[in-house]
Amino acid sequence: MLGRLRGRQDVNLWFWVFVGPFFAGLVLFIYVPIGWSVYLSFFEAYNTVTPTEFVGLANYRDMLADRAFRDSLLTFVVFAAFIVPTTFALSLLTAVLVARTRLMQAFFRSVFFLPVACSYVVAALIWKMSIFSGMRSGVANAALGLVGVSPVPWLSITDPPWYWLVIVSARLWLQVGFYMILFLAALQRVPANLYEAAAIDGAEGWQVFRHITWPQLLPASTAVLLLLLINAFQAFDEFYNILSSFGSYPPYARPPLVYLYYTALGSGQNFGDGSAGAVILTVMIAVVALAQTRLLRLGGRD
Amino acid sequence: MLHERRRYALLRWALLLVGTVLFLLPFYLLLRGALSTEADLASAEWHWLPPSWEWGNLAAVFGDRTVPMGRALLNSTVIAVTQTIGVLVLSGMAGYGLARIPYRWSNAVFWLITITLLIPAAVTFVPSFVLVSSLGWISTLRGLIIPGLFQALATFLFRQFFLSFPKEIEEAAALDGLSWWGTFWRVVVPNSGGFAAAIGTITFIGSWNAFLWPLVIGRTPDSWTVQIALSTYLTAQTSQISQLFMAALIAILPLLLMFLFLQRWIVQGVERTGISD
Repeated sequence: MLGRLRGRQDVNLWFWVFVGPFFAGLVLFIYVPIGWSVYLSFFEAYNTVTPTEFVGLANYRDMLADRAFRDSLLTFVVFAAFIVPTTFALSLLTAVLVARTRLMQAFFRSVFFLPVACSYVVAALIWKMSIFSGMRSGVANAALGLVGVSPVPWLSITDPPWYWLVIVSARLWLQVGFYMILFLAALQRVPANLYEAAAIDGAEGWQVFRHITWPQLLPASTAVLLLLLINAFQAFDEFYNILSSFGSYPPYARPPLVYLYYTALGSGQNFGDGSAGAVILTVMIAVVALAQTRLLRLGGRD
Repeated sequence: MLHERRRYALLRWALLLVGTVLFLLPFYLLLRGALSTEADLASAEWHWLPPSWEWGNLAAVFGDRTVPMGRALLNSTVIAVTQTIGVLVLSGMAGYGLARIPYRWSNAVFWLITITLLIPAAVTFVPSFVLVSSLGWISTLRGLIIPGLFQALATFLFRQFFLSFPKEIEEAAALDGLSWWGTFWRVVVPNSGGFAAAIGTITFIGSWNAFLWPLVIGRTPDSWTVQIALSTYLTAQTSQISQLFMAALIAILPLLLMFLFLQRWIVQGVERTGISD
């Protein structure tokens, strides 16, 4: 209809006037780098971003054989095993608590949501320098001191690996509010008459949640779980800022992006290996993202 | 039954209050650290409020030559503002074109845009670095800003939004002789403020808090953003802790203010960008 009012000739021109600038940028800054990277991954490229010698799949073999690369995937698995269930449970819990409260609801929502405005660097700073500073004056140690436990050097020992507690709790604080908002939006979409019916049947508290609320939250829950997983895969900021000191990062606890950062941009500047690593990680994340869109479509169908 | 309900309410309030204390504690610690003296922070004795208020940290942060905080604030502001405006204009226009202009290959273009959503930008930082460095954009504002202007998710969301925009208004504008251009800027844009505010606030927060890309691109101190300046402080020298806290407080202040006044739009932005179905 709109097209007919304006004549056919103009359609092609106007489409590219509107979409062209964005699309050109997308091609230049997304498609070209990825294409170049795939190309570069078949070449030797030390300290240079132009390929020097064709090496076939050698970079891929290097990466998959590299203990440190596989360790980085393992680090991701451990991190995800901690952060995904805890964030999921806490954001669902806060959403239900906030949704049920009429008094001061806006206040509580703001409190849990506020950290979303905070950066990982600032959170890392507070966690490293104040809460989990290994000193007696650190908040965690001060609290432990009250019950007679001696100070714990949270970040300077690897056995037991207390640094996981520091890293996971920092991300938890930052992201619970974000997913709480998603759950709150989903809770608001639950039809009120379902609760009325449940009340007539005499259902209470936990029963209402289990049989009425939870089934209605399933599509949102699937989305949140996959978002959490994809975001955990990209973890970089808090690892880098909490664990590195005096400009160097310890050899352990390197998630994929931290590993890639030091491979491609560290002292080695190995862009051949770095590109191969980026391609492998891109394929892995794209598979998860594809699963996400599939699952969401399935979830949205009913 | 009434007894049971009261027990639930009590439990709920207890959990909410504990949660409030835990979630606000880091902000309090930041404020306390920023206004304390070095000696008071290190003392083994716990003080809820700084025994002596130290405002000198503020001057010390801006006076420190090794970490140019003033320049970093300026860089972050320029980057976040231009990226927010740029994303709104580029994605708004593209979203409108995709939603409304019946171009023959529109679906193919849309498909090429949405498929990039499968790949988060962070994962491809090595390829992007390779490109930007061959353009000679390392340690420049161009290199920090331009690659972040092309957000497929924003375009996707704008398209969905414009698809639900009432067509009758646009048809009336077309009958009045307005071109696509005129219709978009004079009729559609003035009626899309709320949606643009939601996308804009989320873009601004993401841009201000970005870390990996500025770390990779900003290699000289005069191209550091606030986050990189803070991180350099944090990971390199750790002797001036109260100064570090003050710098962090300055870094989150703009966003906290924005949060107080624009929370409604941020919430909507999260709802839109979190689940994009």
